[in-house]
Amino acid sequence: MMEKLIFGRYIPGNSFIHRLDPRAKLMGAIWFIIIIFLANNWLTYVLLTVFVLTAVKLSEISPKFFINGVKPLIWLILFTVILQILFTSGSTIWFRFGPVVISQEGLLNGVFIFMRFVLIIFMSTILTLTTMPLSLTDAIEYLLRPLAAVKVPVHEIALMLSIALRFVPTLMDETEKIMNAQRARGIDFGEGNIYQQMKAIVPLLIPLFVSSFNRAEELATAMEARGYKGGEGRTKYRQLEWVSRDTMIMVAFGLLSAALFVLRT
Amino acid sequence: MSEIINVKNVTYTYDDEDQRPALKGVSFSINKGEWVAIIGPNGSGKSTLAKTVNGLIEPDSGEVAVGGLELNEKNVWSIREMVGMVFQNPDNQFVGSTVQDDVAFGLENLGIPREEMLERVRTALEKVNMLEFAEREPARLSGGQKQRVAIAGIVALRPDIMILDEATSMLDPQGREEVLRTVKEVKEQENLSVLSITHDIDEAAAANRVLVMRDGQLIQEGTPETIFSYGEKLVEMGLDLPFPERLKASLKKEGIDVPKDYLTEEGMVDWLWTYVSKK
Repeated sequence: MMEKLIFGRYIPGNSFIHRLDPRAKLMGAIWFIIIIFLANNWLTYVLLTVFVLTAVKLSEISPKFFINGVKPLIWLILFTVILQILFTSGSTIWFRFGPVVISQEGLLNGVFIFMRFVLIIFMSTILTLTTMPLSLTDAIEYLLRPLAAVKVPVHEIALMLSIALRFVPTLMDETEKIMNAQRARGIDFGEGNIYQQMKAIVPLLIPLFVSSFNRAEELATAMEARGYKGGEGRTKYRQLEWVSRDTMIMVAFGLLSAALFVLRT
Repeated sequence: MSEIINVKNVTYTYDDEDQRPALKGVSFSINKGEWVAIIGPNGSGKSTLAKTVNGLIEPDSGEVAVGGLELNEKNVWSIREMVGMVFQNPDNQFVGSTVQDDVAFGLENLGIPREEMLERVRTALEKVNMLEFAEREPARLSGGQKQRVAIAGIVALRPDIMILDEATSMLDPQGREEVLRTVKEVKEQENLSVLSITHDIDEAAAANRVLVMRDGQLIQEGTPETIFSYGEKLVEMGLDLPFPERLKASLKKEGIDVPKDYLTEEGMVDWLWTYVSKK
């Protein structure tokens, strides 16, 4: 069960990418998703692919993890690609069968969309595989900090995120236990029609819900006993360190964006 | 010896369902460096009493003083700095995502500078023998290890008092043993006073003094030796007796003549089969 989970996917390591500041990685990944929409011809896509593959290589993580990242989305991707192929009008017709028209432009668009999906998935997979969830929340807190000026409760959001991450395995354990307990009482999970399956979820969700509230109350008491009184006057144990290689990565993204601007048609 | 906790005539009623007071005029005090255990059946008010000591619960009437400070709105945070509390459920008090983050949580709350934090987290983890687990996530720790991390989180704050609120009741025997040993060690090193609320006979035996509660009142007080000499009455007082003792008690209820002296599990088995074959 753990393996399926996105948070559990961090793979410890000491590669160049692992050692990057999580803020650099997070900003880079977001920036990449924006600039990928600049690409509109072969040259730009090749450039982006080379960039992503270099990053994959630098992360020292086996490519099969990246392929696995694409797998669950493959139907969505193929569906979008087919729509593109069928509904892009073009001048060079390659195939015609009744209402189905496939043009060269359509095919090309389909390939580009496919590339775009795969590259975005690869890039975000690099981020989640090489960054501890905890560092990621630190990065999010840091990047959201300017919003505190407009009364966004940045500290609370970060605390919520890190508590949520911390309790994911605990609640998964609990779900497993409740499922077993309910199985022992004769409930079949994942059997029968959709209605029956949904009904089987209820005796799982309710105990989980109740116990989560109990946990929340106990955790709040424990936090208060340990002197927690909100974000004010708190110091931070974790510190992010921005070093030259992080600046380098930002420069690399900058150059990539410039190159895309020059090469796009 | 000076008193570090002084509770005078404290009464408290939870304002939910039943209006029975959880505490009825309870008074007791703990001296510096002393280890006091509170035992009593479920619902006797033990945990409520513990929570009044660091202001998690505000008593309806009566006075609580910790380290010479009277517990009130103004002093409550200074008192919480003096009192560390280990709760029952190891999971529901683990705030940090890793062992070291959790130990640091209390220090962050106090606004301790980072350099000092690093040092204090290290020493605290060393004291509970968890330094090698500093990077671990809670999901990969045993219950006993999580409780030891909770103790480290308290030690890092350098308190005067440690309250154990049934801190070993959800652990397996090995976990209990390891937590109890850690408490003993830390108590000596840090010169702490300990208030432990428990059902565990070993934990009660480690105390200098045992208080017995029932229905929100203190009904007995004495050294562990005196209290343990009550024999079967201990069950009513909410202690978990060793299994053979419990079995003996239920057999006696059935009108079976059981030996008076203490039997080990093996001895109990021997006695049982000889008894059955003689019948």
